Amino acid sequence: MSSGAPHLRKQLVVIGHGMVGHRFVQAAIERGLTETYDILVLGEEPRPAYDRVALTSFFDVGAEALSYLPTGEYDDPRVTLRLESEVTGLDREERTVSLADGTTHRFDELVLATGAAPFVPPVPGHDLGNVFVYRTIEDLEAIREASKGARAGAVIGGGLLGLEAANAMHQLGVQTHVVEMAPRLMAVQIDDAGGATLKRHIEELGLSVHTGVMTELIDGDADGNVSAIKFKDEDPIDLDMVIFSAGIRPRDALGRAAGLDIAERGGVLVDEQCRTSDEHVWAIGECAAPGGRMYGLVAPGYTMAEVVVDTLLGGTAGAFTGADMSTKLKLLGVDVASFGDAFGAAEDCLELVFADAVAGIYKKLVVAENATGGYELLGGILVGDASAYGVLRPLVGSGIELPENPEELILPAGRGAGIELGLPDDAQICSCNNVTKAEIVAAVSEGSTTRDGEGCDSPACVTKCTQAGATCGSCKVVVKKIVEDHFASVGKVVDTSLCEHFAMTRQELFDTIAVHGYNRFDDIVAGHGRGRGCDICKPTVASILASLLNHHVLDGANATLQDTNDAYLANLQKNGTYSVVPRIPGGEITPDKLIVIGEVARDYGLYTKITGGQRIDLFGARMEDLPAIWKRLVDAGMESGHAYGKSLRTVKSCVGSTWCRYGVQDSVGMAIQLELRYRGLRSPHKLKGGVSGCARECAEARSKDFGIIATDKGWNLYVCGNGGAIPSHAQLLAGDLDDETLIRYLDRFLMYYIRTADRLQRTSYWMDQIGGLDRIREVVVDDSLGLGSELEAAMDTHVDSYFDEWKATIEDPEKMARFVSFVNAPGTPDPNITFREERGQIQAANNDAPVSLGTTIPVGAPR
Amino acid sequence: MTHSVVGRGASAGPGGRGASASERRETPGTVICRLEQIRRESGVTALVEGEAVAVFRTYDDEVFALSNFDPFGRASVLSRGIVGTLGEDAVPFVASPLLKQRFDLRTGVCLDDPAVAVATYDVSVVDGVVVVGARRETIGS
Ligand SMILES: Cc1cc2nc3c(=O)[nH]c(=O)nc-3n(C[C@H](O)[C@H](O)[C@H](O)COP(=O)(O)OP(=O)(O)OC[C@H]3O[C@@H](n4cnc5c(N)ncnc54)[C@H](O)[C@@H]3O)c2cc1C
Ligand code: FES
Repeated sequence: MSSGAPHLRKQLVVIGHGMVGHRFVQAAIERGLTETYDILVLGEEPRPAYDRVALTSFFDVGAEALSYLPTGEYDDPRVTLRLESEVTGLDREERTVSLADGTTHRFDELVLATGAAPFVPPVPGHDLGNVFVYRTIEDLEAIREASKGARAGAVIGGGLLGLEAANAMHQLGVQTHVVEMAPRLMAVQIDDAGGATLKRHIEELGLSVHTGVMTELIDGDADGNVSAIKFKDEDPIDLDMVIFSAGIRPRDALGRAAGLDIAERGGVLVDEQCRTSDEHVWAIGECAAPGGRMYGLVAPGYTMAEVVVDTLLGGTAGAFTGADMSTKLKLLGVDVASFGDAFGAAEDCLELVFADAVAGIYKKLVVAENATGGYELLGGILVGDASAYGVLRPLVGSGIELPENPEELILPAGRGAGIELGLPDDAQICSCNNVTKAEIVAAVSEGSTTRDGEGCDSPACVTKCTQAGATCGSCKVVVKKIVEDHFASVGKVVDTSLCEHFAMTRQELFDTIAVHGYNRFDDIVAGHGRGRGCDICKPTVASILASLLNHHVLDGANATLQDTNDAYLANLQKNGTYSVVPRIPGGEITPDKLIVIGEVARDYGLYTKITGGQRIDLFGARMEDLPAIWKRLVDAGMESGHAYGKSLRTVKSCVGSTWCRYGVQDSVGMAIQLELRYRGLRSPHKLKGGVSGCARECAEARSKDFGIIATDKGWNLYVCGNGGAIPSHAQLLAGDLDDETLIRYLDRFLMYYIRTADRLQRTSYWMDQIGGLDRIREVVVDDSLGLGSELEAAMDTHVDSYFDEWKATIEDPEKMARFVSFVNAPGTPDPNITFREERGQIQAANNDAPVSLGTTIPVGAPR
Repeated sequence: MTHSVVGRGASAGPGGRGASASERRETPGTVICRLEQIRRESGVTALVEGEAVAVFRTYDDEVFALSNFDPFGRASVLSRGIVGTLGEDAVPFVASPLLKQRFDLRTGVCLDDPAVAVATYDVSVVDGVVVVGARRETIGS
């Protein structure tokens, strides 16, 4: 161990293993606090920390997918996590904490991260059966169970969380009532008019909203379960379940009992370093009240965690000085945003309102006159259409003067579009990652380069270089606008067209082809393009058609769309010959097949080399010999493989549990299964996979577009890695998956990529462009777009329609006709093809000018 | 055996030197194949007087013949490239399958680097049969 005997090391105890407690431990490990402290984490819940913000998706993806620490252990041996360990006592004199079973733990420093608890008002009947709160996975499990027999239910509380709970209840098939005491929904964030607009949207979805009503009593039946709810001035409602979501209260009981200072409205009072009134006790997250105020959002809690780690490391820079409480969310499919001084609390402010009752849109800006007679933005509310949020939020507090007619900012596009915002260079554009306008402009300026040394020339690339837009994504519109404005100012035209023939991106083209059900290039270019296409759009269309239809790439006129290698189903080499790479799924091959490969290479005089993808590459095959080579492979029970084209290459594996002393799963078996499943899949760029049989990662799976690493419970799935010039590691999408779930996620992931990526965009760049790993997780794991089954079905179609395209070629005389040296002299080899010899094998050679056979060679007559 | 036939390619489009299927003039040449053996917007390789020649058929059935030798990649491959059109004037071109340089089918000039050109050949379609005639010019690259 690095720093002395364990008993001399200082002890740090963390109470609570929720979102913030977990972040604290992570930061402590990353920043080296564990060099001096042993950390003991005591958590009350039965499972390690999970993503509470995404709690509702538990219904779709289950608990595993939400977990931050599926193994229940940190990588650092100096951290110990104990679950189901509620701390019941804190003795500041002795510096110990005690558990319910009487055990005590000594600490040198103590961090309270106990979060908050839902507030349940003392309404009679609040303790009946089938009355719930909405905070933990256990709560949701119970709610799901109760919903099975329930027809109607109520959510008490119409705030942010209440509406989220109502959404869940509605999705569980229960007729849902939302009961709110305040005169409007989301009373904290939005005003009456916004609340009314939101209410209409929600009622249209079939939920009932009761605002301004007091719950008097919850009635029970003979079994002690809820049966009805009674109000002060409204008719009672019969129902079978109730969820309380009437706000949260900081869990400050331990601190209170130990005599720490408590804020007036609850929460352990802390200073800017998050230190409580005891210098060795700290409080972070929802249980803390910096400056007397608690924050019910996770981001401020994360900041607090970092501040405490920093301070304990001896730093002085960290301080928590308040947080941006701006909110943008989609509730039941309705956009809602609230930011800055949403209620116009400032003196002498003005409100500008745009409302369209028919479209269900309400927008309000709060502005104030500045010293020079112009207006500045203080805050606002957007309901029904929050697209302006990205532009507006950075204006708050920036001191920027609004344009002449500030109302243009919220008028529907078309009437008020295209206004210029003179954002100053230091305006913060991305609040998640603290990126200013100047940094964005610098990224795309002349002479700047990305990490691979190429020019940065698009909003997607800016996101990659600066992180602006990589987290919540709400600033992306502004990032895009800044980049476009910058290019316009330097006279550069930003063109997202595929090529001169199609004024659309690959994704748009994909959608167009899919929607119209086209299967011929001629129809596509006639209907949506111009000219006759080129070497950019034709292969793109070919790839899209192949993804959608999975027919033979050389069928009919499609043959003329194929890129170099696809056109001849092999890899063109520099002297005009081809290489053939027999498929060896997962790198597993029998001696007999190995011998056949050797014989083919010998008989056709091919140069032989073992590749990095666990295959054998045979170089120097003349085009006219390809069919015969394929036939030898087919006859031996093999097929040629894709070492070419934008398609799945290989799924590499290490030997795994079948032989290896360390292996925990059959990685070879899984690699073979995956390679056979996805072989032939045409995609925007090449795709590679890898499967490792244990955490030693011998297959280098994390350098692949999809990498799978065995765990003792199943498989961890990593996505969007690549090797090559600018390597990047694949990132964990989901952990401990069983075979079936693994394949389901992979199906979705690959199809989603195929459908939405740009031409020649590898998965890592695509991930940055569409909004990062979180976005992929939303679509693939949470199925937030509801696309899951469609993507799976598309993959099933691919799998079902897979065929050996080389075998199909040799069986079809029409396709075979193209594999000749000369149409009018099929028996004559092309004299231009030359080789030299090196280390006992052939090497490609090139000539400076065409090589002629002379004029005496007889040629054949036309058929 | 070398065939002598009648027919000499002449331009159908503006400035082009392709031959449309209906035209006929007198000139000897090498019989390549039937027109329908070349798919629209693709090429075949033919052996003409010992040289590898790429013969292309465009979407509107014009035929063009170029040397098959790609001067950039220094290999005999042009017939395997993608055929399309570029620009307002719909210039017919083939893109080399090796490094994707594009060549004007009418003149053999490289559209990405006009200093480079490949040789072109007279070509015609006679009674549905493609015939390649004389090489048009020597190129200086
Ligand atoms: C449905 C839902 C949706 C949300 N959506 C958002 C959102 O969109 N954006 C956002 O920013 N925030 C959202 N939040 C709030 C966010 O989840 C919290 O801000 C965040 O979880 C706070 O983290 P924490 O660690 O302080 O508290 P928690 O995550 O609650 O963790 C506290 C942990 O401490 C444990 N604990 C408490 N007392 C003891 C004890 N005595 N001994 C041992 N352990 C103890 C608790 O059991 C708990 O596990 C949402 C919350 C919910 C419930
Ligand atoms: S504000 Fe930029 S990603 Fe959230």
